[in-house]
Parts: sequence; structure tokens; C-alpha cells
Amino acid sequence: MKVTLVDTSLRDGMHSVAHQFSAEYVARVAAALEAAHVPVLEVSHGDGLGGSSIQYGWAAASDEALVGAAAGAVSETEIAVLLLPGVGTLRQLQRARSVGATMARVATHCTEADIAEQHIGWARQEGMRTVGFLMMSHMLEPGLLAAQAKLMESYGAEVVYVVDSAGALVPGTASARVAALRGALECEVGFHAHNNLGCGVGNALAAVDAGASWLDGSLRGLGAGAGNAQLEVLAAALERSGHETAIDLFALMDAAEDLVAPAMPGPQTIDRAALVIGYAGVYSSFLLHARRASQKFGVDTRDILLELGRRRIVGGQEDMIIDVAAELRARRSGAEAA
Amino acid sequence: MAVRVRAAILGPGNIGTDLLMKLRRSDAVDVVLMTGIDPDSPGLERAQKLGVETSATGVDAVLAREDIELVFDATGARAHVANAPPLREAGKTVVDLTPAAIGPYVVPHVNLDAHLDEPNVNMVTCGGQATIPMVAAIDRAATVGYAEIVATISSASAGPGTRQNIDEFTETTARALEVVGGADAGKAIIILNPAEPPILMRDTIFARVREPDSAAIEHSVEEMVAAVQAYVPGYRLLLCDVDGDQVTVMVEVEGAGDFLPPYSGNLDIMTAAAARVGEEIARRTLAAEVTA
Repeated sequence: MKVTLVDTSLRDGMHSVAHQFSAEYVARVAAALEAAHVPVLEVSHGDGLGGSSIQYGWAAASDEALVGAAAGAVSETEIAVLLLPGVGTLRQLQRARSVGATMARVATHCTEADIAEQHIGWARQEGMRTVGFLMMSHMLEPGLLAAQAKLMESYGAEVVYVVDSAGALVPGTASARVAALRGALECEVGFHAHNNLGCGVGNALAAVDAGASWLDGSLRGLGAGAGNAQLEVLAAALERSGHETAIDLFALMDAAEDLVAPAMPGPQTIDRAALVIGYAGVYSSFLLHARRASQKFGVDTRDILLELGRRRIVGGQEDMIIDVAAELRARRSGAEAA
Repeated sequence: MAVRVRAAILGPGNIGTDLLMKLRRSDAVDVVLMTGIDPDSPGLERAQKLGVETSATGVDAVLAREDIELVFDATGARAHVANAPPLREAGKTVVDLTPAAIGPYVVPHVNLDAHLDEPNVNMVTCGGQATIPMVAAIDRAATVGYAEIVATISSASAGPGTRQNIDEFTETTARALEVVGGADAGKAIIILNPAEPPILMRDTIFARVREPDSAAIEHSVEEMVAAVQAYVPGYRLLLCDVDGDQVTVMVEVEGAGDFLPPYSGNLDIMTAAAARVGEEIARRTLAAEVTA
């Protein structure tokens, strides 16, 4: 099968560096991705357009500066931006488009597709490539997920993604969801992996076998939680599985090794907290926030993450991390007093 | 009962019905008419059962009644844009619960006194009603440079109006954090959470302040929480943390359960605030009539 690979090192990867990539660095990575024939790259704050905030962390550069820098460095590679309705707005998408974004990826929690109608509709009407992103897909059974995907398709999405934001899916549950979408939709189906259970590349391969034709990944696996599917590894594995990509594999390996690895604060590993995120089904972006709250409130990161999972907190609710940490501290001092 | 100002509610939906049930307890406002545009609307039938006159001719039925001085518009933004000019010409005071925002934003206990003589006032958004009092409380104690709010509501309480135009919520709320809350710059985020049973409305207010004084901030916030509780009993302070120049306040809003279920604190705070605004306007009207 022909697979379109999307690099998200400069968007999801922003989580690994607390949104600190500079416009200049973004331009260098974008140029390297184009040299490796990566057809699409995504760039913006890790939480999408308008994500720069107290809630999600301040970015080093504005979304316009980042998108403009990437667009200025490429001629063939398409520039995608992520937009979470409720966080970013159409106005911000319009500005991103004016500085070179040609693809809009509109993301909602997996049960809330209808809040994306306006944004998907506008992007499609304006001639942008439009992608629907169903986040935290592990929380919804395949049939219901396909119904939400159908809504996104009806608004104008040309690709709808099963997004494993928590890295909680394994090959069986990932392919069941992709297959349900494939059966229900006319448009293409994508898969966005996180590696919290060590299944990032494996899930992406399973997704292709179940009918996905768009896959996300990032260089060196950069991304929230334990990171994304490692793009250069995924490209090699796809080739060995007999699938076609447009990628120049060795150029991609070089970009990962020479450009991205030196800029990483540390390797993407599945440490205890990242594993708990996958196991408990918690939004991967919570990782750094939970570590900070653990220090500030003197409670265990794992306890915070497990409680967030128990409360069925969804993506974007980073403020609940503080709430949970404060409550755990209060509970403990109550127990000590007793 | 003492003399009350006669009022009408436009829009017999969930919001209109909940507002009617709240105003039935009022000693200043007497809802004598509820109108819609669909004669078979269950909301009109509910109002009739409560002994309120109803009409399916919308704003026209209100314009035909000279005795009605106060009008609550709980329709939609587009309808309100059409309703507002004739209501104004007819000399009726309007409390606008839609996102149309033709008149100034009002938040009880924050800036209502400055707008009691306006012919048309707007209730901002549910997130605005829940968070602007906190921003204003922090601002008066410590001067807010930047305010950011995160409103999380249950999916079950988010109607089609909110869902189809979610940017209207974020943009209007952000503007009102500045205009009413007093922040130099504002940002608003809304999250829908589908958990079952539905969660209560949660709001987090972050503020960057210029004169951090944690005792003054905490005192001001607690005082404001008590003021909001006077009209929204289910408004609760969960956290007030001052860390350097950053203030974090968390509140939860449980609805009164008048018509809407208690988890719809986001809708309850809109109807409760609108009722409060209507009552203040009515008291002002009554006082003026007595003086005259």
C-alpha cells in the first residue's frame, strides 16, 4: 500500500522541549525533512495553534513565526498546523494560512467531533487540505469512533485519524479502530501513535494492515509522553513490510541523527511515568506537567497520573493535574494528622 | 406581594425555562409572558402549566404589551440582532443572554452598577460569568496584567449553539476578561468532558499580577466568592494559590437544579446571573417610580 508519512517533530515534538524550538531551528529541520522527501510536516505549539499559555506552557516563538519559518524553508513539503477548537480559533488558522500553512488538522476529543464543523468546513472551503483528528481514541469503542469520524468526513475532512493520544492502544485495539473507520468512511484514514506501551511503530504497521494510508511519526520519536512512532524507524519498517513511501530513508536517518538528536534534552524513553500514562490511558502531554506538580506538591507522579486516569480527564485539562496533586497532598496530610 | 416590574422571556428553551423558574421566586420581577416561535414548543407548554401567559408570535407579542418593561432574550445571537431594535424603540430594557452582545457586558457585583441605565445589557458567556468575578477580585487586590481561564464543562451540558460556534465562546470570554475583569490581556480556553455521570462545571483562573500580596489576594477572592454565592449557591472555591507573580484559582459550579440538572452549573450561572441583573434593573426602576 502507498502510505503518506507526516512528520510531527516540530509540533508533537514540541512537548519534549517544552515548546522551545526556535524559528531558526524549525527552518533547518523543515529543510532536512524536504530533502528526505517527507511529504507533510506539522509545525506549531505542541497543543496546536493558540496553545502558548500558562495552561499548556509558553512557546519560544509565535505560531506564525514557526509556520512562516518552516514554509520559507521548503517548496514541495506541505505545511500542516494543528488546531484544537476551544483552544485555538479560526482566526488563528487564518493567520497560519496567510504565512504558509496549506493543511489544517482539526482535533477534538474522540466523542466531540461536532465542535470541529466550523473549522473543518472553513479550511476545506478555502482550499486547504483538511484532516480530522479524533484524540484519545482508546476511550471509545470502534463503532462509536467510526460514527464520530463520519461526522468529520461530512464536514469536509479528507483524512480522518485515529489518534492514540495516551499511547494506550496495542496492535489489536489499534487495528480494530482503524478497520471500523475504513469500513465507514469514503475518505482516507490515518493513525497517530504514542509509544507509552512500546507499541508506537508496531501499532502504525498494524494500522496500515487495517486500512490506514496516512501515518504520523517524528524524528527520534520526539513527542509527548514516551514520544511518537519514530519516523525513520517507521519508514524502514514500512519498506521492509512491502509498503511504498516517498521517503529517502538514509536522508531521514541523517536528519534524526545529526539535527534532532543533539537538540533533545534527553532520549525519548519509556520511563515509569510514561509507562503509567499508557497503562492508565492518560493524555501524553500531561507528562512534564505531572512531574512539575509532583515536585511542587511533594506527591508521587505515578499517583497523580493514576488518579487522572481514574477521573477520566481528557486532553487539554492540564489544570486538573494541579487539582489532583493538591488533593493528594491534602489527603496525605489528613492521614498523617489522623 | 409588593409591586413588581412586569417582564417577558423570549425563547422557551432550556435556558428560558430555567430562568422562568428562578424569577418566579423574585420579589422585584414578575414574568407575565413567555414567547417562542413554535406553537408546539414544550417550553411554552411548561410555562402555561406554571400559569404564565404564552405566545408563539415571538417578539411581536412582547411589543404589543405596553405593561411589559423588562425583556430577557434567551433565543440566539441572530434572533437577538433582529429583536433588539424594535424592543429598544418600544422603550423596553433588555437583558441579552445570547452571544450577540449588542449592549455592554455585565457581571453582577463586578460592573452591573455602571450599566443599570443601559437599554440593553449582555450576559457575556457562562465561562465569563464564572471567572470574571475572580479576575476582578484579583485585579482589585494585585493588578492583573494577564488573565487566562480554562472552563471545563460536561459534554451533556453543551448545546448545539455552543458546539457550532465554539470560537464565539473563547473570543467573547477573552475580551470580557479585559473589559470587565480588568486584565490588560485575556485568554480563554473551553474543554468539553464526556465523562458519565456528567462532571460539574470546573473553572481555573490563572493571573499574572503586578503587586503580588497573597493575603490581600486571598481575602479579595474569598469576599467575591461569597458575593457570587448570593445568587449562585453552588459556586465553590476549591483552590487559591499565589506562587510568585502567578495566581491560580479553581472553582466549581453546581447548578441549583431548578429546571436544568445540577451538573449544568455552566447554564445555571447564566440564568442565575441574568435573573440577578434583571432584579437589580427592576429595583432601580421601582425606586425611580416611587421617587417620581
